[in-house]
Amino acid sequence: MNPEQIAPYIPRLRRYARALAGDQYAADDLVQDTLERAINKRHLWRPGSDLRAWLFAIMHNVFVNQLRSRQSHPEVALDDDALPAVLPAESAGLEIRDLQTALAVLPVEQREIVLLVGLEQLTYAEVSEALGIPIGTVMSRLFRGRERLRALMTGVLSTPTLKVVK
Amino acid sequence: MKLSENELHAYVDDQLALERRRAVEAQLAEAPDEAERAAAYRAQNAALHALFDPVLGEPVPGRFQRTRARRSGARYGVAAALIVVGVVIGWFAHVLLEQHVPSPPSLARRAAVAHAVYAPEVRHPVEVGADQEEHLIAWLSKRLGAQLKAPVLTTEGYELVGGRLLPDEGGAVAQFMYQDNKGRRLTLYVSRLAVRTRDTAFRFSQEDRVAVFYWIDGSLGYALSAELPKAELLDIATAVYKQLNP
Repeated sequence: MNPEQIAPYIPRLRRYARALAGDQYAADDLVQDTLERAINKRHLWRPGSDLRAWLFAIMHNVFVNQLRSRQSHPEVALDDDALPAVLPAESAGLEIRDLQTALAVLPVEQREIVLLVGLEQLTYAEVSEALGIPIGTVMSRLFRGRERLRALMTGVLSTPTLKVVK
Repeated sequence: MKLSENELHAYVDDQLALERRRAVEAQLAEAPDEAERAAAYRAQNAALHALFDPVLGEPVPGRFQRTRARRSGARYGVAAALIVVGVVIGWFAHVLLEQHVPSPPSLARRAAVAHAVYAPEVRHPVEVGADQEEHLIAWLSKRLGAQLKAPVLTTEGYELVGGRLLPDEGGAVAQFMYQDNKGRRLTLYVSRLAVRTRDTAFRFSQEDRVAVFYWIDGSLGYALSAELPKAELLDIATAVYKQLNP
């Protein structure tokens, strides 16, 4: 693999990173780190395999590492896992129509899959390989992520009729 | 038989073979709750594209090109990698995006970028296939607010693959994709003009490897893009123009 092969994927990596990380600066850091790592590890790429899926796999690892290192720095308080699983009671009934806000509320492991499938149009098998998790786990996270998003977007998250799809 | 959750999502994501897709469609017709969820999930996918696809056309920021010497300059391998990354990004920015041009990209450039992004797609070249052409035209016409037509290019050796809706600074844009029997693709990009201007004759622009003929006709801007020699593309553009202006 030579670097020119990676170049055409940069716009899509940026698109995914923006959706995943939320703001532009964090997203571009993520892209930069992913590119550096891809270049360093290029001997690990199997020629003939899907380069795009491989790059998403690297981005996933970089992103997870970034989150971990942020957790270990106490001055950075924001951590997706620490976000409430449901919106706090005082915001019950609040309608989150803003997709970006709703995405940020999704747990990272659901957000990644909703985006890889819905935005980046990877197949379920490609997502399973990129994230290194069984396809059944991909599906269940996708179900939960989409249902959560739907609830957030329609403002029904706090109503008792909503079931979390296992 | 109850529709499985797996199939419902695979349907939403167009990951079903045609036969299964039809079966799921039949099941959804009798299951309003599931149909509603399928529609909501599809809307999520569309909203994600509407929100984040513009990133594809954004200029690559300058800070990408500055090496991060402070962070990793001590290590030769990383430093070398940074240079390579810089070259990659520089090449890419230069060739595809011309990031230093401050004005909004021209119709030809936007069309060429959209062509470069979608024409190589193997699995998802279009959102709606030519098998649903009527629906495709009606949908895109509605979104653009103008009656569209997908020209027939069989005489030129191209079949309609389908089309998709794209975001653009002025709103929705339609892209029709065609393919010949060698798998070569051309795309027709149709953009609604915010301000009605005078009609123009054909103009040509070579955007990297993508050749583009574009023109303005009434309230619509058209751009036909392909990786073809100029003369060959001109013949097709002429055929397209004639069909749109019978």
